[in-house]
Amino acid sequence: MNLHEYQSKTRFAEFGIPTPKGKVASTPDEVFAIAQELGGPVVVKSQVLAGGRGKAGGIKLAKTPEEARDLAAGILNELRIKGLVVRKVLVDPATPPQSEIYLGITNDRTTGKPLLMASSEGGVEIEEVNRTNPQAIIREHIDPALGLHDFQTKNVASAINLPREHWDAFSKIALNLWRCYVANDATLAEINPLAVIEGNQLLALDGKMIIDDNALYRHPDLAAMRDVEAEPTSERMAREAGISYVQLNGQIGCMVNGAGLAMTTMDMIKLYGGDEYGPANFLDVGGGAQAEKVATALRIILSEPNVKSILINIFGGITRGDEVARGMIQAYNEVKPQVPIVIRLQGTNAKEGREIIDTASIPNLFGAATLTEAAQKAVAAAKGELK
Amino acid sequence: MAILADKNTRIVVQGITGREGRFHTRQMIDYGTAVVGGVRPGKGGEWVEGVPVFDTVKAAREATGANASVIYVPGPGAADAIFEAADAGIELIVCISDPVPVMDILRVYNYLKGTKSRLIGPNCPGLLTPGQAKVGIIPGYVATPGNVGIVSKSGTLTYEVINALTEAGMGQSTCVGIGGDPIVGTTMVEVLEMFENDPETEKVAILGEIGGRAEVDAAEFIRKHMTKPVAAFIAGKSAPPGTRMGHAGAIVEGGEGTAEEKIAALQEAGVRVAANPEEIPGLLK
Repeated sequence: MNLHEYQSKTRFAEFGIPTPKGKVASTPDEVFAIAQELGGPVVVKSQVLAGGRGKAGGIKLAKTPEEARDLAAGILNELRIKGLVVRKVLVDPATPPQSEIYLGITNDRTTGKPLLMASSEGGVEIEEVNRTNPQAIIREHIDPALGLHDFQTKNVASAINLPREHWDAFSKIALNLWRCYVANDATLAEINPLAVIEGNQLLALDGKMIIDDNALYRHPDLAAMRDVEAEPTSERMAREAGISYVQLNGQIGCMVNGAGLAMTTMDMIKLYGGDEYGPANFLDVGGGAQAEKVATALRIILSEPNVKSILINIFGGITRGDEVARGMIQAYNEVKPQVPIVIRLQGTNAKEGREIIDTASIPNLFGAATLTEAAQKAVAAAKGELK
Repeated sequence: MAILADKNTRIVVQGITGREGRFHTRQMIDYGTAVVGGVRPGKGGEWVEGVPVFDTVKAAREATGANASVIYVPGPGAADAIFEAADAGIELIVCISDPVPVMDILRVYNYLKGTKSRLIGPNCPGLLTPGQAKVGIIPGYVATPGNVGIVSKSGTLTYEVINALTEAGMGQSTCVGIGGDPIVGTTMVEVLEMFENDPETEKVAILGEIGGRAEVDAAEFIRKHMTKPVAAFIAGKSAPPGTRMGHAGAIVEGGEGTAEEKIAALQEAGVRVAANPEEIPGLLK
């Protein structure tokens, strides 16, 4: 789960990392009040879970509270950044940086260890630096049992040529960032930029955190921070039903058991659908594929108006194909979808399952034996060519 | 002899009294697996599916001589269960539990390096040596003994390919589901190395997906060290970047971990890459 900038910076501040004294607002009047309280020029920053906010016109500098209010009026509920409506802005005091560095922690899959990364090229996306100037990124692996050592932060400070006068402050920030990372079960905690500002202070001007979804059960406070307004209705429905779902923009809905097979099914649709027809979603209905869960999954898929056909691909392992088929028919009768559905059952008792589907002879419900046949039929159905 | 588990592997089930643990214990026994005991603190002395239950893994190991464990406890207790198994000297630990926090697995992973224990998973279907041992939840019905080794990040996609191989008359030596989390106990490269050294495995199938660089590392290993033919399928070509696709590890981050990049690396290493998992048996004929 991604946290907004203001949420991430609040966490950082709780762990003793210096952050600007800004506040979040959802109306132009609130922006005015915050700017007045802060005094001096402010920066109005769109709070959306997308990169490239500055380029999209979502970050604006204002000299007066009036100007801040007017700028906010043009952003709040007006501006869209990568399809996301801006509903909140962060109003921070404008603090021009003298220099900017990057500081972040993530997990390195290859070594199985957390990794502290820093670069003197702050304010640029780390992936960009990795492409253009990879030597500029300094890395220190962290033993998760022992934690980050002070000397490691000094290794980094020296390697990025940070002036010595900032080393103590930098070490403190890095150590606190590690504590914050662990305490919040983060998979990414990033300060970009960490700026040197007037008065020779270090300040976390921007922040980003990603929280491990697998650990949200032990962080109800973080789980409650989820931006449900930014979520498509279908994704909210799926999350509430415990179904793994991602909305995409194709026309063919998919319901599959297992994440790997769900991705594969999407790929097959793309393979046979070409540029015009693609998957409308990723959906892992989980094990068992009971009637009730299948019905919920059907409703979620059908809540997207662009869905022209549905491909159901279930591998019956421990759950047998005939049970799955009966569940499918029950769910179908409950939801009564108006779009054609192609069902493919494979695995244990798949033949019996297919016979059940065939004998039910429901119009608009088609069986398929192989993945290839299922994908081809689903594409034909979306085109209205399957009779 | 296959890899990791065979008919001589003696297994304890951690979390045997839970719904999943009990159900899969029955399935494993019916398949002919040597399930010698179960563990559930506070329920020592009871019996589940004809198997004695112990309070601790240590007690189970002492009484039964178990050398492997399979974990069905819920995600929040999974790391503790793995530590307990390692502490009791269990050599092979298969963790089915999902979801397990990444921070827990980071600690487990680094701790296990100093022990003799090997972890498979978490969030995986476990492993199956057809005709000998089923350690986990891979449905035994679809498999048949043979010479194709399978290493995979996913569950049902693996079952698909096992089934397709069986239908094509091609049996399997061992099928290993390593799990789709960003950090897993045993990597794809480690399993490939075992297959390369296993006399009963003559061909290998890799089932990968987007995210991370396990498949790129695998390609590197294959190029340098493997003599046996390898076929692969990589799922997630159509997945949008920056979005997690079900598995915690299945995400393209910062333009890295794409299906295209993995396919190119594998092809360069001489691996036959399938556009469709149904092609795998044909590519290994």
